[in-house]
Amino acid sequence: MAKQLLQFTDNGIFCAEGNFYIDPWKPVDDAVLTHAHADHARTGSKRYLAHDLSREILKYRLGADISLQTIPYGETVYKNGVQISLFPAGHIIGSAQIRVEYKGEVWVVSGDYKVEDDGISTPFEPVRCHHFISECTFGMPVYQWKPQQLIFNEINRWWEKNIEEGKATIIAGYSLGKAQRILCNLDLSLGTVFTHGVIENTNDALRRNGIDLPKTVRITPEIPKEEIKKGIVLLPPSAVGSNWMRKLAPFEFGFCSGWMNVRGAKKRRAADRGFVLSDHADWDGLISAIDATGCESVYLTHGYTATFSRYLREIGFDAHEVHTLYGDDEDSSIPEGEKSLIPNPSPEEKGEKAETHNEKTGVKEASLPERQALSPGEDLGEA
Amino acid sequence: MKHFAALFAALDETNKTNEKVNAIKAYFLTVNDSDKMHMLALFTGRKPRRHINSTLVKNWAIELANIPVWLFEESYQVVGDLAETISLLLPINTKSSDKSLTEWIAEINHLNKLDETERKIWLTESWASLSRQECFVFNKLLTSSFRVGVSQNLVVKALAEISKLDAATLTHRIMGNWDPEVYTFEQLMEEQGALDDLSRPYPFFLAYPIQETSERQKSPEEMQTALGNADEWQAEWKWDGIRAQIIHRKGEIFIWSRGEDLATDKFPELHPFIQALPDGTVLDGELLTFKDELPLPFSLLQTRIGRKNLTKKILEENPVAFIAYDCLEFAGEDIRSKTQTERRVILEQLQRDTSFSTIFRVSPIINFNSWEELAEIRKQSREMVSEGIMLKRKNATYQVGRKRGDWWKWKIDPLSVDAVMIYAQKGHGRRADLYTDYTFAVWDGDRLVPFAKAYSGLTDQEIGKVDSFVKRNTLEKFGPVRTVKPELVFEIGFEGINKSSRHKSGIALRFPRILRWRHDKKMEEADTLESLKSLL
Repeated sequence: MAKQLLQFTDNGIFCAEGNFYIDPWKPVDDAVLTHAHADHARTGSKRYLAHDLSREILKYRLGADISLQTIPYGETVYKNGVQISLFPAGHIIGSAQIRVEYKGEVWVVSGDYKVEDDGISTPFEPVRCHHFISECTFGMPVYQWKPQQLIFNEINRWWEKNIEEGKATIIAGYSLGKAQRILCNLDLSLGTVFTHGVIENTNDALRRNGIDLPKTVRITPEIPKEEIKKGIVLLPPSAVGSNWMRKLAPFEFGFCSGWMNVRGAKKRRAADRGFVLSDHADWDGLISAIDATGCESVYLTHGYTATFSRYLREIGFDAHEVHTLYGDDEDSSIPEGEKSLIPNPSPEEKGEKAETHNEKTGVKEASLPERQALSPGEDLGEA
Repeated sequence: MKHFAALFAALDETNKTNEKVNAIKAYFLTVNDSDKMHMLALFTGRKPRRHINSTLVKNWAIELANIPVWLFEESYQVVGDLAETISLLLPINTKSSDKSLTEWIAEINHLNKLDETERKIWLTESWASLSRQECFVFNKLLTSSFRVGVSQNLVVKALAEISKLDAATLTHRIMGNWDPEVYTFEQLMEEQGALDDLSRPYPFFLAYPIQETSERQKSPEEMQTALGNADEWQAEWKWDGIRAQIIHRKGEIFIWSRGEDLATDKFPELHPFIQALPDGTVLDGELLTFKDELPLPFSLLQTRIGRKNLTKKILEENPVAFIAYDCLEFAGEDIRSKTQTERRVILEQLQRDTSFSTIFRVSPIINFNSWEELAEIRKQSREMVSEGIMLKRKNATYQVGRKRGDWWKWKIDPLSVDAVMIYAQKGHGRRADLYTDYTFAVWDGDRLVPFAKAYSGLTDQEIGKVDSFVKRNTLEKFGPVRTVKPELVFEIGFEGINKSSRHKSGIALRFPRILRWRHDKKMEEADTLESLKSLL
């Protein structure tokens, strides 16, 4: 059997013809990135290629001095004669599916994606290909999402009720992606949006990248608590339960994640409210996305890979499970031993890794020390 | 159903007691009286009878969800609750039902009059008319698996806050055998308590544990500081049987277990003595099997509980007696407000008058003059086949539920063993999709032999760590069970040990649970089967 155009190696997804990696988890010479979340964009590689809208956030997270080339969706770059182009994945701002073509054979790496238009990320676009490498974080039929407008109606009503009752409103979601999605869909006539430092730094990076985000106010010790009570506070999951959060009491705390769809996970999270809002495709979304590629074979990288690939085979796809270090799905959490192989994660990345962990398991954040919630310089002191 | 489903969601979404009580109050203030009583019945464990086979329900759900059976089973593994799994797998709809809880329960109760085709049509239409949350609650009712994570105390608290009655009175009035179709909200709320239900038991008074660990035992001085002078206390053995209340009123007799199950028919040998008690008597005590003046281990009693037919042989081999602790009603009068000592006098008098003195016993009082002396006596607990000592304040009334202050249980240490985890399975409910149910093994030569399963005892943080260990160290998968690389050692506590022909290890433990994770021990240092057997 001839060598595949894209292979799964110990370093990540590798294209031998083009001599580059996609979302490698070890340092390499050339890394093509789907998006800037910490499990996909890691430090230490010599050169990076990513989407234009990931530029500032990647510099912020991986270091201002990284060698980074960015391109818009649809534009083609050649590496050793292999064509590389990016297509919208709808996961977060700047997230891309990576299309790789060589001698007429086309592979697409989805990274993380969702099919619903969230109003802020460029909406997902199916790309025809021979081989599709897909995530399946929520590859179980019990995960079906309601349209986001219904969820945001719930969130806005909840916020309004908290204002009436004189309680602060705290809502937790990933600092990159979920936080901006929430921000852009809130009913801003209700009050001010306050942010935790980790989120505000992310917002700043996105604004530097030309993204027009609604106004947010970084919480500082000078802001009176009474003001904060009338607004809504965006919090990264890693800061849930921290002193920083406790100082905002009395509050109502809502958590946004796809895992909130199941009662058990919701109860473990011990949030006052669990909102089912995910940046990943649901069961139907995954199947329709895979179907739309017209692919001959599909490789599942992370999520409920065993279940989902078995189902896909039963309905006629040539589906394979592959082992990667993306996300923290049912079986592929990053083993302790392998973590040390990831060189010098930046302080920011440490914080984000905690988040990655959170979103995907819906539970383990409780064991993380508070300190990890904030990167040096992010600690807001007495806020 | 809207309100009931909303109540269920509201209770799910808060951990704050006050908010739970408020949600229940809001429900009571919104719905009609019939719905109130149905809710009360459900929240106090009075499930509607099941009129439909849950396998059929499952199969029809699989059909509607259009997925293979194995995928349904795996979904169930992830969700950990059948009713919820079905509600998540059915196509999303945005409808909501206007039918009341009472109407839905009536339809469910009417199901036995329908044939299978009619049932399927009814169920399909019902599902299509319900929102996801309503569908979940409806499935719970339908499959008779309704359980709510709210204690009866909270329901009673809410009820008391919207009525003129106090919590103790209400707790009493919602006990026993009542039917929400018959018992009305008006009757429940009547100012003059109508004790018309002859079978109604009193709420049990439960002891609070004296907290200590094997390393840290309470000293006599500490007992003195915490409880005061020894002579203010009555001490008895803590018996390990079935806590029960027996009632004789107007010629009718009832035996209630603590779980509010009517168990009258399960203990026929007690009937003559209860019949012979004076009219209007209620006793609190323990059901135990006896031989030669000593109780037999609980496991023998256990073999009787599950039986539908009590054969002559079982009755002869495991005869049950009643060890009375207390008298709650005498000559038709509620005497719970008398002191412990006064009630004890009445109890002893009743026992002296009985002609069934081998079946009707009184839990003997332990004489002691100091906490030091009692601590010494406590060491004999195992020989007495008791779990330790009960302490009751002599001037205390008989109260409702588990209250700190006047009744204490001072148990002896559980037995314990260090064991290796070898299998893991996912939990249910709050622990769904997490590996929380473990099987443990001890050494038999160079082999690890499984001997116990335990679910409880770890903190959420520890569960998270064990869960990730299991996921990274799975050797084999057998359906939902994973064989795990033997490595982690835990100290397993248990109350008793018996021979068992049904288990590979040849032993069975009573109430095993995880005492702690022994990070300090390697698996080679776990205990041996031999050492366990020596406890037999």
